[in-house]
Amino acid sequence: MSDSPAIIHDAPEADAHRAHPAWQRHHFETVEQQADTTNFAMWLFLLTEIMFFGGLFTAYLIFRNWYYPAFVAGSHQLNIWWGTANTGVLIVSSFTMAMGVWCAETRKKNGLVLCLILTFILGLGFLGIKTIEYSEKIEKHHVPGFHYSLQSFLDPASDPKIYKEYHDKPLGRDMAVHTELYFSLYFAMTGMHALHMIIGIAILSVMIFRARAGAYTTGHVTFVENFGLYWHFVDIVWIFLFPLLYLISRHANP
Amino acid sequence: MSQPNPHAAREPEHGEHEHHIVSPLVYLVIVGALLVCTALTVVASFIEMGVFNPIVAIAIAVFKATLVVLFFMHVKYSTKLTKLTVGCGLFTFIVLIGMTLADYISRAWGRW
Repeated sequence: MSDSPAIIHDAPEADAHRAHPAWQRHHFETVEQQADTTNFAMWLFLLTEIMFFGGLFTAYLIFRNWYYPAFVAGSHQLNIWWGTANTGVLIVSSFTMAMGVWCAETRKKNGLVLCLILTFILGLGFLGIKTIEYSEKIEKHHVPGFHYSLQSFLDPASDPKIYKEYHDKPLGRDMAVHTELYFSLYFAMTGMHALHMIIGIAILSVMIFRARAGAYTTGHVTFVENFGLYWHFVDIVWIFLFPLLYLISRHANP
Repeated sequence: MSQPNPHAAREPEHGEHEHHIVSPLVYLVIVGALLVCTALTVVASFIEMGVFNPIVAIAIAVFKATLVVLFFMHVKYSTKLTKLTVGCGLFTFIVLIGMTLADYISRAWGRW
């Protein structure tokens, strides 16, 4: 609609160049239109992200049905408490991020900086816990590849910590080899999620400095808001990864 | 100035597009609900429910995700365009899962 010449004559003559904030781009008619457009664009990006993670979730769903005993045995290797802790950390980080958006909207500079720093620390905490979990998998040779070991699945009793809790029966070799597929999906899904966290944390580290300089507390909150959308989206991905990878196979017998 | 201003008539509507600021109290209630739901889903995973274990876990996850989308991501207070976009994302995701599963389920029909 902005290509209509009538628009130039919209405002009274004296006010032909209507006052607008410095951040309003000239191809937008109003600040609201600009905000709606960027919000729409961010959601379109998140839609592509839904389809990206959706493909991984679909693969997991189908392979879990095909090689059910292998996926159950593989899932029993994960520690529910680390997973629960990470879920809590991520949810609280989403809360601090939401509070950051509120601080930007209400122009509270110090509050915004504090919220961003808290989100940053919680994000690092999540990755720290993930590192503990990954190193456990590396030690047990549960990382797919040349050094992958079937020991825990061919002879569950040789893995006393897990065996004590689940008393899994040994898998046949033909089924046990598919546990490698479970861990491939585990590392692909949690790894892609962790990559999103790392990207988010990198952006946060820049935002903290810009927020200290007062960049987001002048009324132009689009960047903080859209980064918040990204951060919450990453949280949602984990909200689904947690039950699928850690919880739903607890009582299933391989 | 001679032309009728096409935007003047829409002026009152602008109130609807005004930036809605969600209060911290709402965020507090939501984060509380999310943490309680996390505790619930972990407790539920320790109870033997057979086929209902995954169903309960996914249902709680869907509820948590809905809370995040509606309140943390402000969709409840967003424009119709944003709501439609989110709906489209959900729809395409359901098509992705649904069509793929329909294929795998029906592939061997009549061959056993």
